[in-house]
Amino acid sequence: MGKYALRLSALGYLTLIVLGPLAMMVWRTAEDLDGAWAAITDPDTVSAFKLTILVTVIAVAVNTVFGIVCALVIVRGNIRGRGFLNAFVDLPLALSPVIVGFSLVVLYGINGWFSWFQRNGFEILFATPGIVLATIFVTLPFVAREVVPTLREIGTEQEQAAQTLGASGWQTFWRITLPSIRWAVVYGVVLTTARAIGEFGAVAIVSGNIVGKTQTATLRVEDAYQFSYGNYAPAYGISFVLAAMAILVLVLMIVFQPKESRR
Amino acid sequence: MSISVQRITKRFDDFVALDDVTVDVPAGSLTALLGPSGSGKSTLLRIVAGLESADAGSVVIDGADVTGRPPQERGVGFVFQHYAAFKHMTVYDNVAFGLKIRKRPKAEIAERVHRLLKLVQLEGLAKRYPSQLSGGQRQRMGLARALAIDPAVLLLDEPFGALDARVRAELREWLRRLHDETHTTTVIVTHDQEEAMDVADQVAVMSNGHIEQVGSPRTVYEEPANEFVMTFVGQAHRVGDAFVRPHDLEVTLEPNGSTREVMIERVVHLGFDVRVELVDGAGERLSVQTTRDQAELLELAPSQIVYVRPTRHTTFT
Repeated sequence: MGKYALRLSALGYLTLIVLGPLAMMVWRTAEDLDGAWAAITDPDTVSAFKLTILVTVIAVAVNTVFGIVCALVIVRGNIRGRGFLNAFVDLPLALSPVIVGFSLVVLYGINGWFSWFQRNGFEILFATPGIVLATIFVTLPFVAREVVPTLREIGTEQEQAAQTLGASGWQTFWRITLPSIRWAVVYGVVLTTARAIGEFGAVAIVSGNIVGKTQTATLRVEDAYQFSYGNYAPAYGISFVLAAMAILVLVLMIVFQPKESRR
Repeated sequence: MSISVQRITKRFDDFVALDDVTVDVPAGSLTALLGPSGSGKSTLLRIVAGLESADAGSVVIDGADVTGRPPQERGVGFVFQHYAAFKHMTVYDNVAFGLKIRKRPKAEIAERVHRLLKLVQLEGLAKRYPSQLSGGQRQRMGLARALAIDPAVLLLDEPFGALDARVRAELREWLRRLHDETHTTTVIVTHDQEEAMDVADQVAVMSNGHIEQVGSPRTVYEEPANEFVMTFVGQAHRVGDAFVRPHDLEVTLEPNGSTREVMIERVVHLGFDVRVELVDGAGERLSVQTTRDQAELLELAPSQIVYVRPTRHTTFT
């Protein structure tokens, strides 16, 4: 009896909080398919999705490399201050994205320390580089957070064995360390991707939200909602595609992950 | 190829793991580093392999000073207590690893790996993953992997420590046979004196970062250099100023001038051997190792009063 009550409450909770809103969105999209389709195929929407994908690809690539580097330093580094670094990596999780966006505006803005870029024709703010920077900042922790415990768990013996067998540091990394942490990296990449696709607050502040230029897909949803004048079909349609992208990434991970390797 | 460890010192913060240690391992020998945990034996082995660096002293392998060289350039085969199997690789790829790093032709690698797998009796399991092997099989794979690079010396760090008693005994006998065939200079670290005596032709007894004695198993057992070696290598009782091994105590039913009166607490049958646990009037405990026949002849039983006398003893000054 208690077992069922527990299951029921878990399912009920998920339905209410997650599935309900998603289902409603899908439902509304289906109600006005033509309106949704028109909004999705609008050149400005297509441009917004292209920008979101570009930003996501760059942020994921950068944070995968540096996430692994940070994890290696935190777990294996022989330096002072790795505890500090460990805490530092979590900082973006604690900070509101709005603050992240705002701090970038201050830093690269006309009176900021890095104002040199903006004054010399390297557009950072209200351009793609700013959006990329904001997204990288916000998605920084995910790969490192996934890799750190796995690195701890595998220990150093396999790497030492590889060294006695003649493998250089680089060969040891590629042949032993990376394959051992690969599922943690994949999981981190999935979380980073999902977060990058969905980022709104930080991007909203640094991008300037210029339609067809610096407007990402999430910003476009917000626009479609703000200026709907009672016609919500465009907002539903774009939201649907965004949600589908995120879900696809999660499904891909489940498909590719071997059965025993996930906790 | 010989190994010569000269005046090695190693500290971990305040702890002195090795204090001015010098030891020679003759070419082609099988030497055991024997000592309790914390004696520095594993640290010494890791320093020979280059996995740990010494604070002072030098390591010479086959006449060449390798002290400053990284493990990759020392040509040592290392076997770890917990196998250090490459979990994401098959048995074949584990064994082939060192050869692939050396960029040997594929055909040569295949030929050599299969020969090694045959040697360690894992021929049928080449495509398995380490998680599908038993502990004993994993360690045999670890040995094959270390032997694949044709190492100058083979170093084993408590290789059978994580295995159950039966597999241990099997593997140790097998290691001895392997060594007799290949004559690769081998150093095995162990805390198990029986294992050291069984497998090695030279034993270096260590404690607290020092070498206490180096000699053949028979020498360290029968002519221990000091109290530590006497009590660590085999059992020993202190009788007055002297030390006596349990099998060097004679049990009689009648007293004679030099015997001590004791009471039997327990008679433990260990197959051929019988261990008789005794307590004397002062409450001091002793044990005597005797044969089953002898125990039956004297009809030894708990609560019986008997008399013991050392037939052989050792004193240290």
